[in-house]
Amino acid sequence: MNREKTVSRREKSEFLWGWLFLLPTMAGLIILNIIPIFQTIYQSFFKTGAFGKGNVFIGLGNYSKLLQDGTVWQALWNTFKYALVEVPFSIAIALVLAVILNGKIKGRSIWRTIYFLPMVAAPAAVAMVWRWLYNSEFGLINHLLNRIGLSSVNWISDPGIAYISVAIVGIWSVIGYNMVLFFAGLQEIPRDYYEAAEIDGAGGVKQFFYITLPLISPTMFFVTVTRVIGAMQVFDSIYMMMEKSNPALVKTQSLVYLFYKYSFVEGNKGYGSAIVMLLLLVILLITVIQLLCQKKWVNYN
Amino acid sequence: MDKNRKFKSVLQYFVLAVGSVVMLVPFLWMILTAFKTASEATQMNPFIIFPSVWRKDAFLSVMSKMNFLRLYYNTLVLIIERVVCAVLTATMAGYAFGRLHFKGKNLAFSLVLFQMMVPSQIFIIPQYLMVGKLGLLNTSFGLLFPGLVTAFGTFLLRQAYMGLPASLEEAARLDGCNIGQAFLYVMAPLTKSSMVALGIFTALFAFKELMWPLVVNTEQNTMPLSAALAKLQGQFVTNYPELMAASLLACIPMVIIYLIFQKQFIEGIATSGGKL
Repeated sequence: MNREKTVSRREKSEFLWGWLFLLPTMAGLIILNIIPIFQTIYQSFFKTGAFGKGNVFIGLGNYSKLLQDGTVWQALWNTFKYALVEVPFSIAIALVLAVILNGKIKGRSIWRTIYFLPMVAAPAAVAMVWRWLYNSEFGLINHLLNRIGLSSVNWISDPGIAYISVAIVGIWSVIGYNMVLFFAGLQEIPRDYYEAAEIDGAGGVKQFFYITLPLISPTMFFVTVTRVIGAMQVFDSIYMMMEKSNPALVKTQSLVYLFYKYSFVEGNKGYGSAIVMLLLLVILLITVIQLLCQKKWVNYN
Repeated sequence: MDKNRKFKSVLQYFVLAVGSVVMLVPFLWMILTAFKTASEATQMNPFIIFPSVWRKDAFLSVMSKMNFLRLYYNTLVLIIERVVCAVLTATMAGYAFGRLHFKGKNLAFSLVLFQMMVPSQIFIIPQYLMVGKLGLLNTSFGLLFPGLVTAFGTFLLRQAYMGLPASLEEAARLDGCNIGQAFLYVMAPLTKSSMVALGIFTALFAFKELMWPLVVNTEQNTMPLSAALAKLQGQFVTNYPELMAASLLACIPMVIIYLIFQKQFIEGIATSGGKL
């Protein structure tokens, strides 16, 4: 009887303290995130004119416009192309670097510091310096190409190349981040596994494919999922590097770039909301597919 | 075998060195260009790598167009506010999720997970309209607004609390601590490394964020560095020494802080990423 009383008193106090501790976060999440999702959905049924012309209900108008809007589908395709370059390369290069750093290497922390450096630079500054490096007339990269006898490339104004140039900036920026995560994952693989493999006569390449890769697959899965989501939201580098008059813009602009343009430059928040709903749908779809595929290649334990 | 191993080791250093050059050249080119004149920067024949005289003209010119002291101040205020809010709210919520059992917890936690899965652009228009309705556009609160709470940080701290042994808390309760005291004096201090990781993550994100400041603060004296840099480019696109000088001034404080605390930075990112 007495015991029951203490248990229920404890339950009560856990309930009160629990919700007290959750209060700021829950209130914030509801106001900042949950309500806005419904507002964005609601907004996507309206046509918004610039400067207080008010909302006009148009039902699914924005969505039917979106389905027929070639630039939106082109932007979705651009975003995919960007992700297809950025994600695999940034992961592969980072993994190679992490494996090297995990071996017997002098100056490990110096190398790490260098590769991580772009992560602490402002993306606006990063984009500006790359734009300068890519400059077709005066840029360092074209100068070096000319030096070794190659002709100049219009890095950010050639519609067939610009998305790769932007993706290179993305790869350069994020390699250090991926590398640090892989390195942390590699450190958890017991050394004896490699020693045993060595005794069995397995070389470096074999060790990589039979020990390192399977054991690092959970980290790999996490990095892939977050990188894909990040790449699907690319905006900063395109916004900073591609001028509105750039002939390659149509073939480079991402979904988020279009969202920003419609919502905040042209003031059509209704159409912007419809675009961001498309983004949400695409990201959720990709994430679900990745979660389903995970069983095929991710090795827990 | 020995020769093979030596070759492998040389190859590894070679790969690391080439990669490092690629990582560093953009920064070096930023520095070198910032000290050149516009005509030096665009001279092709002969191509100039080092400025003939290290001039600070580009810095002076860009500082007359942008109030850097103000921008540093705005950015610092934003970072401090975001870090304090994130660490405070996430520590409390993380404790509740990680250690307490009460009705409604799972539903509340599913909201946290949901927020983490949804792309953040979906919140921006309504958040912008809210800040506008409150009359707080172009204020420091407007910049802080989306960072008042953090789903990611809550998740991170929850993981940290779940990793602590239950015996500690039992002992504290037996000593007569109530839940609040056990949290404050026993449990919270043990999650310090996760708090530091969240603080670093939040600070970096606040410093690098571009779209929200562009949307919410359009006046120069309330902008953070990132948005001011973006606006600058529109004003004199072709003067690269000035653009590079401004980029350099924007990056230097964070780079110096990073070089001093690089261990904490890298470990913080590794734990905050790895824990997810």
